[in-house]
Amino acid sequence: MFKIVKREEMAEGTVILNEIEAPAIARKAKPGQFVILKANEDGERIPLTMAETDKAKGTITIIYMVVGKSTALFRDLKVGDSYQDVIGPLGKPTHLEKKGKVICIGGGTGVAVLHPITRAMKEIGNEVTCIIGARTKDLLILEKQMKEASHDLRVCTDDGSYGHHGFVTEVMKEVLEQGDIKEVVAIGPVPMMAAVCRITREYDVPTLVSLNPIMVDGTGMCGGCRVSVGGETKFACVDGPEFDGHKVDFDELWLRLQAYLEDEKKCHKEYCNLHKVQ
Amino acid sequence: MADTPAKPVKNPRIPMPEQDPKVRARNFLEVPTGYTHKMAQDEAARCLQCKKPACVQGCPVGVDIPGFINLIAEGEMTKAIRHLWTMNALPAVCGRVCPQEIQCEGLCVVGKKGEPVAIGNLERYCADYERAHGTGELPPKAAPTGKKVAVVGSGPSGLTVAGDLIVRGHDVTIYEAFHKAGGVLVYGIPEFRLPKEIVAQEINFLERLGVKLICNAVVGRTVSLDELFDEGYDAIYVGVGAGLPRFMNIPGENLVGILSANEYLTRANLMKAYKFPDVDTPIPMGKKVVVLGAGNVAMDAARTAMRLGADNVKIVYRRSREEMPARAAEIHHAEEEGIEMFLLTNPTTYLGNDKGRLTGMVCLRMELGEPDDSGRRRPVPIKGSEFEIECDLCIVAVGSGANPLLTSETPDMRLNKWGYIIAEEKTGKTTKKGVWAGGDIVTGAATVILAMGAGRQAATSMHDYLMLGW
Ligand SMILES: Cc1cc2nc3c(=O)[nH]c(=O)nc-3n(C[C@H](O)[C@H](O)[C@H](O)COP(=O)(O)OP(=O)(O)OC[C@H]3O[C@@H](n4cnc5c(N)ncnc54)[C@H](O)[C@@H]3O)c2cc1C
Ligand code: SF4
Ligand code: FES
Repeated sequence: MFKIVKREEMAEGTVILNEIEAPAIARKAKPGQFVILKANEDGERIPLTMAETDKAKGTITIIYMVVGKSTALFRDLKVGDSYQDVIGPLGKPTHLEKKGKVICIGGGTGVAVLHPITRAMKEIGNEVTCIIGARTKDLLILEKQMKEASHDLRVCTDDGSYGHHGFVTEVMKEVLEQGDIKEVVAIGPVPMMAAVCRITREYDVPTLVSLNPIMVDGTGMCGGCRVSVGGETKFACVDGPEFDGHKVDFDELWLRLQAYLEDEKKCHKEYCNLHKVQ
Repeated sequence: MADTPAKPVKNPRIPMPEQDPKVRARNFLEVPTGYTHKMAQDEAARCLQCKKPACVQGCPVGVDIPGFINLIAEGEMTKAIRHLWTMNALPAVCGRVCPQEIQCEGLCVVGKKGEPVAIGNLERYCADYERAHGTGELPPKAAPTGKKVAVVGSGPSGLTVAGDLIVRGHDVTIYEAFHKAGGVLVYGIPEFRLPKEIVAQEINFLERLGVKLICNAVVGRTVSLDELFDEGYDAIYVGVGAGLPRFMNIPGENLVGILSANEYLTRANLMKAYKFPDVDTPIPMGKKVVVLGAGNVAMDAARTAMRLGADNVKIVYRRSREEMPARAAEIHHAEEEGIEMFLLTNPTTYLGNDKGRLTGMVCLRMELGEPDDSGRRRPVPIKGSEFEIECDLCIVAVGSGANPLLTSETPDMRLNKWGYIIAEEKTGKTTKKGVWAGGDIVTGAATVILAMGAGRQAATSMHDYLMLGW
């Protein structure tokens, strides 16, 4: 059992932070790696990239958006409750290198995944511009933390309620125009990462993305997480989750992510009916 | 086989009672329902009690077959199971899943003129009897030796090592990557062939003996072999199986609706997705299903798809019936349940729609040519024989390889060219000091009984090492 020691709601309760006791995982985890969590006996195994780890306290932190039944189950866990299973750390850690000027760009809960990577990028001596975005001001997460983790933070909202009015990609273009950017790290919804990569390809700037395909075991034994990278099939859980964004087939990833959409809707609806929430 | 009008056999084998094929093709209950006591005794009476029993030659672990069968015939059920246990730690499993027709039963002398003694059914009966009537009394344990052993992987191989070493007084801990122990016995082999209750009882038995079980521990990620030694383990057994799925590597393989058998069966068995939406893990409910391959894994996947409500399920296999690697009973059961066999057929391309979902596949017909390396006649495509099969779900069961997760983190342990661990045949010793390995990660995908046999040999060698040195 893996106890929740801290719980916070962000973005008007649509995004939840859990700090969880998992000393064995905290001891080994590195930025970019993920865990698989299962709430109870009949629960689904859900992969989430770690937003924070604390070796001394023996805890890991995950931040997730409530999107379906499984994350709704997670949301209903309180401080003192436990996840039945947490497995990790899984996947390859981010390849960190001192390169010079870099951009870390994130959308939605991707910002949570981006945070430890941004911080590590800065720590090893890169000059980090960070660009984060959300639909509207109240849905923005980790602004303060991202400011600390980078040299320059730019914020965007789709509706203009805060920061730049528009998409993160527009701001990224401006920064790229100033030149000399050595690498971009983009983490967020698939359409965002695809849009970032279309632009950085034009500018010929290497771009790292973190992929979130459907997974079961997370150890390379099922192949459910397969993605096409440079025309080759890779297993995201062991070969990734980070890949060269210019080689990823995002269209295929997007279609594969829809595999169980109908089932999930049905399952979530039943859960909501049962628990009288919408 | 030609049906010669049968002369009534004098001493026929007692058939195993089974669920009706039409009914069972839509439920997950076990297919064979088991002998009654009378049936078991009648079947046991068919054994000739050979002085030089051929059957034992066919058993990879040398079970004293006439010995335990004689005890059943005499009605000494408790003695029979105790006798079995000294040679085979998991008789309830082996009685159900061993390929008896090419092992013990394949050599039984009674089988020369008629049907061999139903050794598997009797083994199963013994174990089931014990579960229903046994006292659950634990075997005696040697005094604690103060030695600590880690077993990595909780499949049949790891469980055997754990059981053998705990009774010799060692302190044993199993590390398992999944959230539940049992290896292929829980995530691969379906409920209708091996009820999970049986596996759970075996594991509970080990826990009662004092074996510690740590699930959710991916060795190579959560902890490395060297870190386990740092934590004070004196010896380690690696039995992580051959869990890397092979795909066909043909165009369209990443369409939605194409799954490895590992994924499909893990969803169905370990995650119990056949109960969706009562459980949270979904599984694709194919109406027109194709399974590629013809081993036990393929049969299990095909029969699971039928039970999940498919209209039709086809096995597509590039060789002929003779080469099908599955147990005879599984092929027979699958056909009875309405699964169609497309033999000498090989897919070349998957077909999909604009939503990226599978709609069918193009196949070629094959014919048998010259024998290949494996001695089997090589299937060669017949020119111009392309045809299409319509399907909305394809399960790929064309074999598996070695998962590099643990081995790539253990550079001082030598592997063969396919990535399997090199281990001494008689002892299971690897090239890394204090580490043994066995089961599918050494032999490649094989059988439960071979994995257990390797575990038993390694346990003996590990015990010697712990008491005497490397
Ligand atoms: C669907 C299916 C049907 C089969 N049917 C039959 C049959 O009818 N008869 C028969 O004799 N054989 C059958 N087999 C083959 C048989 O199950 C295997 O040969 C046998 O289980 C191998 O045992 P093992 O202990 O070596 O490995 P496994 O049973 O594969 O167990 C390995 C365990 O190690 C765990 N593991 C892997 N990596 C790590 C890691 N890094 N850290 C910690 N744990 C790890 C795995 O999660 C797993 O639990 C079948 C196999 C499958 C897949
Ligand atoms: S070969 Fe057949 S008849 Fe002889 S001992 Fe074995 S099971 Fe009995
Ligand atoms: S999640 Fe199963 S192989 Fe990656």
